[in-house]
Amino acid sequence: MSDINTIIKPENLIYKRTDVLSDNDLSYCPGCGHGTVHKLIAEVIEEMGIQDTTIGIAPVGCSVLAYNYLEIDWQQAAHGRAPALATAVKRLMPEKNVFSYQGDGDLAAIGTAETIHACNRGENIVMIFINNGIYGMTGGQMAPTTLPGMAASTCPHGRDVSHDGEPIKISEILAQLPGTCYVTRQSVHTAANVRKSKKALRKAFENQQANKGTSLVEIVSNCNSGWKMTPIKSNEWMEENMFPYYPLGDIKNQ
Amino acid sequence: MAKAKGAIVVDTVRCKGCGVCTTVCPTKVIELAAEVNGKGYHYAYMANPDACIGCSNCGIICPDTCITVYRAKAGATA
Amino acid sequence: MRELKLMKGNEAIAEAAIRAGVDGYFGYPITPQSEVMETLMAEKPWETTGMVVLQAESETASINMVYGGAGCGKRVMTSSSSPGVSLMQEGLTYLAGAELPCVVVNVVRGGPGLGTIQPAQSDYFQTVKGGGHGDYKLITLAPASVQEMADFVELSFDLAFKYRNPVMILSDGVIGQMMEKVELNEQKPRWTEDYINENYPWATTGKKANRAKNIITSVQLEASVQEEFNHKLQAKYRSVEENEVRFEEVMCDDAEYLIVAYGSSARICQKSIEIARAKGIKVGMLRPITLYPFPTEQLMKRAKQVKGMLSVEMSAGQMVEDVKLAVECSVPVEHFGRFGGSVHSPGEVVEALEQKLIGG
Repeated sequence: MSDINTIIKPENLIYKRTDVLSDNDLSYCPGCGHGTVHKLIAEVIEEMGIQDTTIGIAPVGCSVLAYNYLEIDWQQAAHGRAPALATAVKRLMPEKNVFSYQGDGDLAAIGTAETIHACNRGENIVMIFINNGIYGMTGGQMAPTTLPGMAASTCPHGRDVSHDGEPIKISEILAQLPGTCYVTRQSVHTAANVRKSKKALRKAFENQQANKGTSLVEIVSNCNSGWKMTPIKSNEWMEENMFPYYPLGDIKNQ
Repeated sequence: MAKAKGAIVVDTVRCKGCGVCTTVCPTKVIELAAEVNGKGYHYAYMANPDACIGCSNCGIICPDTCITVYRAKAGATA
Repeated sequence: MRELKLMKGNEAIAEAAIRAGVDGYFGYPITPQSEVMETLMAEKPWETTGMVVLQAESETASINMVYGGAGCGKRVMTSSSSPGVSLMQEGLTYLAGAELPCVVVNVVRGGPGLGTIQPAQSDYFQTVKGGGHGDYKLITLAPASVQEMADFVELSFDLAFKYRNPVMILSDGVIGQMMEKVELNEQKPRWTEDYINENYPWATTGKKANRAKNIITSVQLEASVQEEFNHKLQAKYRSVEENEVRFEEVMCDDAEYLIVAYGSSARICQKSIEIARAKGIKVGMLRPITLYPFPTEQLMKRAKQVKGMLSVEMSAGQMVEDVKLAVECSVPVEHFGRFGGSVHSPGEVVEALEQKLIGG
């Protein structure tokens, strides 16, 4: 054990919590991908040196309180309206860095119009989209992205596509629009995927600084509470079930 | 006995015991403690400290960012 | 001397906004107010003052763009007409809940539903009684001329920022569409970011090292905290009620009857007073300029003098309820008005006065 104490010294530090994260404990369930994505955004903001020029737009959903966790200025939007807020913030202050953070219900159901039109106008913003296939905050109801056959509290016998339609692949739709410059789908369930997600987020913010248009980073994530699994099991289930429907990788990169 | 190249410090108060860190550790250093923290979670700890290579996988994946990672400089004697 | 121009009410709103140094306008076309955005787009203020003008995908989007801009301490506005303003109610309650200053213009048309494109005053309840959910108020100004359409833009922004509250300019299709001469203010500069940071330190302009992060939100998960916040809002509204009541009185000194009317209806009633007085009926008018806060005290004062009051509005009877509440049953209060897009004539008002109050 003496080995450890000689290693734990300031000069050997290689990974620590960034100061862009606040000291607040996250309200998310144990193992929830939201926390990992929050951390990556915070790290990108720190590394790019843009803490004093970044404005985040928080949604309605589990991440409604995202503003408690990153030490930047925030606005909290009505359900689905984050892209409209982000549009105005960026247009009125073009020199700032603006991102929205939204879940699947927020971005791909109630806010579909705001999402599509912000992307179509090519708003020079970053949209971060957490897709866990369920409404987490309200207790596990069916989302626009719930998989066929997947059970949720408002489709307890599984999503019946003849009744509810197929899950929407909103990122593929948004990639069709000329206003988007970068649409990518990532995950944060393994260390390698975390590193890729961070690169994607960094690229999205760099695109904004280069005035390239809308960058959308989708993170396929878990909802162990909503899926009624352990955190580790939910990550395995995500690999087996979510990734075939929502394949990871760049959908558009211009 | 293998000589440790790395070490982690877990903020056991903040840890929610999700166990995700245990799945990404290539050398199986981390386990969840039998005891619980103030929130009632079985927090992560270095069960096998000598095996730590300081890769930082656990740190970067931790959703609650409660793991700090250290790695001895190459050539330095620990 | 200020510049004189012949303009529509809707055009005056747009011109006044540019000259007031407004930062942004976000809107969606709807009759009878589309000239507001059309004028702005034709004027291209982004080339002169840097004002942002954007046509949104819906009124829902435009009011939320207003929320985003207002959160940055920018002076931003939108305009619409009744069905569009119904769509904005969600945004308005969020703006009130987040205590954001902004200006919304409603050029009211007949309803309910898609209704008509003709003028009406049937959005009074929606505007002053809530509209969206929760206990909140919109400071509401009711212009009765093209000049007031222009003047109320800057006044509205002053009130909005003074109280950190949305302000509604409640106009109607008559005022929006009619042309009158209007005196316009000189061009004022837009606020700089330094000015905003100094005077409105809550604005999300990016977290500076010397201050805590700014958060614009209306969510409180703790009921006790939300209750406390509601108390704060109510205290603000009491202050608005104490300090911001605005009204105009016409021939009230010797009046035995009082017409209460706002906006275009008040203009019609000016003629009604002439006709009535020629017939020997001593009638005056109180024109509320602010519908919230309502001139309750002044109405009570006049109630001690007159034999009855007639609330004349282009609705089935909305403001009349506030007039009744104001006078606490001390005098008879009746309502008259054409509605659903129809506009009453001065003669019809006199007839109603005679039948409902004098004859009765």
